[in-house]
Amino acid sequence: MTTDVDLPTAVSQQFPTAAPRPSLDCPAFNVPAGDALAVLQYLRDTQAYDFLMDVTAIDWSAEQSPRFTVVWHLYSSTKHTYVRLAANCASDAEPAMPTTSGLWAGADWHERETYDMFGIKFAGHPDLRRILMWDAYPYFPLRKEFPLAGLPTEMSDADINAEIGVGVIPAPMAGGPFVATPGVPMSEAEPRAKDEAWDEKREKPE
Amino acid sequence: MVTASQEVTYNSKIEGDVTVTRLDSAINWLRTNSMWPMPMGLACCAIELMATASSRFDIARFGAEVMRFSPRQSDCMIVAGTVTYKMAPVVRRIYDQMAAPKWVIAMGACASSGGMYRSYATLQGVDRIVPVDVYVSGCPPRPEALLDALMKLQAKVRGEPALKKQFSAA
Repeated sequence: MTTDVDLPTAVSQQFPTAAPRPSLDCPAFNVPAGDALAVLQYLRDTQAYDFLMDVTAIDWSAEQSPRFTVVWHLYSSTKHTYVRLAANCASDAEPAMPTTSGLWAGADWHERETYDMFGIKFAGHPDLRRILMWDAYPYFPLRKEFPLAGLPTEMSDADINAEIGVGVIPAPMAGGPFVATPGVPMSEAEPRAKDEAWDEKREKPE
Repeated sequence: MVTASQEVTYNSKIEGDVTVTRLDSAINWLRTNSMWPMPMGLACCAIELMATASSRFDIARFGAEVMRFSPRQSDCMIVAGTVTYKMAPVVRRIYDQMAAPKWVIAMGACASSGGMYRSYATLQGVDRIVPVDVYVSGCPPRPEALLDALMKLQAKVRGEPALKKQFSAA
């Protein structure tokens, strides 16, 4: 992968608020939430980063502030290079970010997914609904406080809920999560529970 | 002079054209040999299900080649794949729309138990929402395993009272 070596100077000249972000691969910048849209537009129109690879977010956990960071990955189909942009959400309780769906139509679904998983509202989004979970789902599963096993709630269909009695229940973790061990022979690398001191019958020791 | 009626007594001329059996056996014989599947293909197991239906494994040998995508026309739902909580009400509704008698095969680890997806999004076994007759292990199971499950289901159907399921909802 080639790197766009001139980009950091160009961006910092154009946007003094954009700070370099530590990165192991492509150039990356931290920008204030208010400037994010302008920087993205500059990268698209002037620097030829015409393809929005991904919009995602980071939850730094409830103890940290700012808690949420939105991350954009752009690709240039002419320069064949990538760039990463990150902006912190101002509010920890009601995280929001301006939408980029006006710049890239493809941002629509990426932002819906980020909203679905983190609860970050994209201001100006044309249709900000959940995309993976069903509409009435009450939680944001990729937030740090949300357990992998899930929390009990209702399924989307009231009739079916009434018929089967119990809706969504937490998955039995039984010492999991089940993860493969890297760097060992294939026969040893089966996904296994790392902590078998507890299961459904015995509570997890605190 | 009174002679015995030829219609009601044993007549050697029609021997071989008449079979005496029980109604249960006759009905179950019909059911087992044309069990139309409802392919509930939700993930990669559906690929093995398709392989089972095609020429190499040929589920037609067991009378189950008529995959019906309409629940009204099918007898046996084959749940092939991961059932998410978002999809679960749909699976249940399709099962409810199937006409009795009906059976369910849970194909593969995910449909049977949630498989490797021990997470907030995945139903931990399709038996939480529909009654399962046969579970098939494997991730995904080989077509032979699905054929074995079908034969097991046929054996089960052969042994059950035929009219019981006719009039019950489940």
